[in-house]
Amino acid sequence: MALTTVRPQGMGFVTGRRNLIINGAMQVAQRGVGPTAIGTGYYTVDRFKTQKNNDGAFTTEQSTDHPNGAGNSLKWAVTTADSSVAADQYLYMSHFIEAQNLQHLLYGTSSAKSLTLSFWVKSNKTGTYSVVIRKLDSTKYHLVHEYTIDSADTWEKKIITISPTAGSTSFITASAGAIANDNGRGLEIVFNLAWGSTYNGATNNVWSSNTNHYATSNQVNWMDSTSNNFYLTEVQLEVGENASDFEHRSFGEELSLCQRYYEKAARYGESPLSTAQADLVASAGTQGQTTTGEINYGSIFFNTHKRAAPTLTIHDEAATTGKVTRMEYGVAGHNNSAVTNNIISEGHFSGFSGSGNGACGTKFGWQADAEL
Amino acid sequence: MDEMNITSAKYVAHNGENVSIEFVIDDTTMQISTAATGNRHYDEIQRQVAAGTLTIQDAD
Repeated sequence: MALTTVRPQGMGFVTGRRNLIINGAMQVAQRGVGPTAIGTGYYTVDRFKTQKNNDGAFTTEQSTDHPNGAGNSLKWAVTTADSSVAADQYLYMSHFIEAQNLQHLLYGTSSAKSLTLSFWVKSNKTGTYSVVIRKLDSTKYHLVHEYTIDSADTWEKKIITISPTAGSTSFITASAGAIANDNGRGLEIVFNLAWGSTYNGATNNVWSSNTNHYATSNQVNWMDSTSNNFYLTEVQLEVGENASDFEHRSFGEELSLCQRYYEKAARYGESPLSTAQADLVASAGTQGQTTTGEINYGSIFFNTHKRAAPTLTIHDEAATTGKVTRMEYGVAGHNNSAVTNNIISEGHFSGFSGSGNGACGTKFGWQADAEL
Repeated sequence: MDEMNITSAKYVAHNGENVSIEFVIDDTTMQISTAATGNRHYDEIQRQVAAGTLTIQDAD
């Protein structure tokens, strides 16, 4: 007779979807694998945003360097050093979590739950680093937590538990600690690389209402040499006081999760501004939609419903943004035909362009950005 | 700390209704809906307009 043993919850198994981080394994990179020079914004690996205000220069890329030897990581490298960080300067990367995905944390109540952040990290530059948990909705609170990179050029797993009452504070358990049940920013997970003195006055592992508290004074200046690199992967944020094994998801599932925030017409692995024919949408337009002779250049439905009405970037066959390539029977394509307007929603967009009398269709590429 | 270098913004109209805003950020032309609350670009444009550092031009 078959015997099935059922183990009660809390006896060693953690069930269901655990990781609150999207693309924590750095496997999806819709914008390209790089290396890419960075400013402030989203580059290469999806869902991880660069925040930069300093005198250095850096690249980011999706790397195949991984603690288990098979997988991806997010790599940063210094190309121009900044050895003296001015008071208001910084460099860090952020991962924003949508507020409505965090309601089960019960922030804003006395039942607020602990979280555990785990990740693998590697750098040639050893020393004290830190992460910040920023509670963003309504009243903002910061928790800075230090960690140490002990050995140069060696993958190390870090585990950080985030108590809602860290430092014997009650910010998170009071009503102002609540996270609104909406599609806005709920939590921001910050990985620090450098902070000027304006922002490094935090106390380790204590919730603070001072929104300049991004780091402690122990934070290294990772920007101080062109030899410096920094790798990060298998980022996991989960409810509870213990770190479970990293939750692996299929590439397709992770891609779909990422596309709630960013999607493009170009094939995966191709530049978002690619002008290859396979990366453009061809639309048989409808002429005369308005009295000004516009051509309706198409209605595009997104693969995944967006978090919010996205920012739309259209480009023509010359990779010029804000333009489409107009097609006319018997005439070679005309690049640089203006996009006169777009009607944009979470699920689709419809576009119009100045046409000329003979236009019968358009070609264009597109990107839809609804990142937090 | 959302630093955005928005250099121009202009309404675009369809059948007399402002349906989107075309703007240029870091030399790239983009468009957003005029009802895109929660979109980080839209929110930043509104912040800069309120601060008096950006004006949204009328549609043609």
